[in-house]
Amino acid sequence: MREPSEREAGERPEPPDLVVVGAGPAGMAAAATALDGGLRVALVDSGAAPGGQFWRHPPDHARETVPTAGLHHALPAYRAFRATLNAHRHTGRLALLLNHHVWTAVREEHGFAVHAVDRSRPPEERAVLLRAPALLVATGAYDRQLPFPGWDLPGVLTAGGLQSLLKGGGVTAGRRVVLGGTGPFLLPVAAALAARGAEVVAVCEAAAPTAWLRRPGPLLRNPAKWAEAARYAAVLARHRVPVRTRTAVVAAEGEGRVTVVRTASLDADGRPVPGTERRIDADTVGVGWGFVPQLDLLLPLGCELADAGDGTMAAAVDDGQRTTVPGVYTAGETCGVGGAALAVGEGRLAAVSVLADLAAPGRPDHRRLAAARRTVARHRAFARALARAHPLPPAWSAWLTDDTTVCRCEEVTAGAVRTARTEGPASDHRQVKQLTRAGMGWCQGRMCGPAVHCLVAPRGRPYVPAERLIATPVTLGALADTAEPPPDRTCPITPD
Amino acid sequence: MTAVTAFTVDGEPLPFVPGQTLAAALVASGRIAWRTTRGGRRPRGVFCGIGVCYDCLVTVDGTGGQRACLVQARAGMTVTTGEGDDA
Ligand SMILES: Cc1cc2nc3c(=O)[nH]c(=O)nc-3n(C[C@H](O)[C@H](O)[C@H](O)COP(=O)(O)OP(=O)(O)OC[C@H]3O[C@@H](n4cnc5c(N)ncnc54)[C@H](O)[C@@H]3O)c2cc1C
Ligand code: FES
Repeated sequence: MREPSEREAGERPEPPDLVVVGAGPAGMAAAATALDGGLRVALVDSGAAPGGQFWRHPPDHARETVPTAGLHHALPAYRAFRATLNAHRHTGRLALLLNHHVWTAVREEHGFAVHAVDRSRPPEERAVLLRAPALLVATGAYDRQLPFPGWDLPGVLTAGGLQSLLKGGGVTAGRRVVLGGTGPFLLPVAAALAARGAEVVAVCEAAAPTAWLRRPGPLLRNPAKWAEAARYAAVLARHRVPVRTRTAVVAAEGEGRVTVVRTASLDADGRPVPGTERRIDADTVGVGWGFVPQLDLLLPLGCELADAGDGTMAAAVDDGQRTTVPGVYTAGETCGVGGAALAVGEGRLAAVSVLADLAAPGRPDHRRLAAARRTVARHRAFARALARAHPLPPAWSAWLTDDTTVCRCEEVTAGAVRTARTEGPASDHRQVKQLTRAGMGWCQGRMCGPAVHCLVAPRGRPYVPAERLIATPVTLGALADTAEPPPDRTCPITPD
Repeated sequence: MTAVTAFTVDGEPLPFVPGQTLAAALVASGRIAWRTTRGGRRPRGVFCGIGVCYDCLVTVDGTGGQRACLVQARAGMTVTTGEGDDA
């Protein structure tokens, strides 16, 4: 695709029918389905290559220099989506805008205005405005974190962060690694690190192994998932990686970088059992407690949320992935975390709804649509069962000390948050923010929000993320630019 | 790929593999922290790896507040680290 500025004067690209934000499994599937159905699509992603978190790749020009294909699963599906997208770029119906970060989307009279910044030549930023009657948000999720003493020492990363350095940059971020948290996502990270030469000294899973047996129905109905788990288990066994259940990373120690990780067995409530603490020599820790849906673009549009069943809120959608705002669709982890296969299924369904709502020609027939809905429902049920089997340990805050950092940006401690609750009195993370500045820094509470919520909100109430008017900081120059968008900065849908 | 590819970090050349982000190149060279917080002067480097936490801030060609985990390394880029990257 040519850059907007390279377009010849007078050339007038046709505007897209649909803007898809996010080129992960959900967004790629949605874009491919919409294109095959006859729509013009603009697919926007802040990353340098399509694929999202699951299929994170180095940029195309670096496939040879940074070989990471061996770390991937379900690559045939990825390649098929890429082939479809490429074919539609050649027909001129797809604009693929990589390195474009969408910072807001607003409703207009005849659809939506999607504001992005082009960051392909950093640190330069250029404003890009896209307009379309339909908007599909597939922005995924990010790792949920729970603080512990020492979690802000260098060498502590999110589990997803370790994975993204590996898959995107071919970099193994440590030699002796301990992983901790909860959920099946710890296993692919452990397997990938071990396969790339790191010594994974322990995987600490907070949940009890028996938790899976309590609601076996949805789990048994998804044999493919069992096969996937068995493959990871085999890799971990081959590399002699011990998986300890009902165990958590409760502290990290070191001067300037992690050198020791402390783990402990947990009781039924998630409290460390006295006398079970171990000190493990390690230079790297990877932690993840499930994921938080990335709802930044949906909240300001007024989309309603629903309880995702894992302690967070996700976008509320109907069985065609329509949000509560007409013309806005969403798919994948924004609707609750459930893995790449579910994201692909939801992406397809969302696109089918767009095709129907815009009365486009190429809609699948009822039978195929019903089958797609059933697949999505089955994966969704599996995801919910998994979430119930991997809850946050209710008493996790037992491993905090008063001087444990909770908000990494503003360096607010657990003691300060507790004081805001008892003397504030604060009962949600917004009030804590006003009283302590937790959540006021660069990340705008994305890292500390879920934890602060757990520390102050009544038990059982899911986390509702703060509404952020801009999804990424933008320079004043780019903002000024956007106010009066020059025609050559709008969406180019031109053939390669 | 045999071309010399490096950007400079605080004046020192840092080789990288084309396609890597600044964060990936820094981590590959053994650096895991490259700035300190304003309050407690605590070291920070890469944490989330996907542009959400803002721990990895650097200054690129004179512009501060850049997330090293999102910026693709380019030959000849001038990266400075330390305090003030988040200003
Ligand atoms: C760091 C990380 C690593 C993961 N690795 C794995 C893994 O290895 N294996 C696994 O099974 N699961 C992994 N997951 C879980 C994973 O999120 C999913 O199962 C799957 O990728 C979800 O697909 P999705 O399309 O919903 O979202 P994603 O794959 O997250 O895709 C969302 C896309 O939207 C883009 N985006 C977000 N906001 C904006 C914006 N404002 N403007 C422009 N673009 C935007 C992102 O760059 C991203 O490419 C990971 C999750 C995280 C957070
Ligand atoms: S490591 Fe989190 S923003 Fe870069």
